[in-house]
Amino acid sequence: MSWTQFFFYVFAGLSLLCALMVVTRRNAVHSAIFLIITFFFMAAVFVILKAELLAAVQVLVYAGGVVSLMLYVIMLVKAEEASQVKQNLGQIAIAAFIALLLALQVGSIVYLYFAQKPAGKAAVEALKYGGNTEGIGALLYTKYLFPFEVASVLLLAAMVGAIVLAKNRLER
Amino acid sequence: MYQSISPYIPVLILLVLALAFGVVTLMVAWLVRPSKPYDEKLSPYECGINPLMPAKIRVPIRFFVIILLFLLFDVEAVFMYPWAAMYKKLGIWGFVEMFLFIVILLVGYIYAWAKGALEWE
Repeated sequence: MSWTQFFFYVFAGLSLLCALMVVTRRNAVHSAIFLIITFFFMAAVFVILKAELLAAVQVLVYAGGVVSLMLYVIMLVKAEEASQVKQNLGQIAIAAFIALLLALQVGSIVYLYFAQKPAGKAAVEALKYGGNTEGIGALLYTKYLFPFEVASVLLLAAMVGAIVLAKNRLER
Repeated sequence: MYQSISPYIPVLILLVLALAFGVVTLMVAWLVRPSKPYDEKLSPYECGINPLMPAKIRVPIRFFVIILLFLLFDVEAVFMYPWAAMYKKLGIWGFVEMFLFIVILLVGYIYAWAKGALEWE
């Protein structure tokens, strides 16, 4: 086992452990803190996979932005009362179904990788342009231009949605 | 393989040292200090003010809108990094792409402004 593999398993294992802590903690703030640690370990995994830009985005956007959004949501609700409520009320069937779908998705990706080895084609293509950030730029703004522009519409929808949801409170 | 991740080894060392500093300090303090807990130690100091209300209150929805807008524009800024790195190679078409992207998000910005989501009062 090489050092790269060793560090991959260490960081992947630690991120799984922290993710498990996120869903098992009763205190929502503790969950959010564990989520930050999970994102940091995932960033380490991205670095090992030579996706430096993704690692930076993981820390800046996810550990910085998304978790602070979650913390504000925790502060919006009555977290004290929520921690007393029994959490699993007939959600097990739905949760199992979603988990099964996710497992199938991940499984199919792993299967495709071992069966046909199509994975990494885009990465090889991107490496022609130089570094990691340049590679993403070269693909995102030429081949995957439409998804990129759709992303802006998605962001716009989220923006308008948040304002509409909070509108009554804002006007008061 | 080892050579390829070596630029990040100092980051790892820093991470381990930072973690070890905290753990070792706490462990040494735990070993050395006497342990005599009593209620007075949990009360505010003489120079402090007694708490008027619980610290964990529900914050106004305004905070949520502000943090969500921050997050969305954060994501927008992230898209600009790879674009800036490839700007010269993408040429004028790359400029048009990013212009469209920003214009679409500008609509959201103007909407937020017009609806008063950026105002505090």
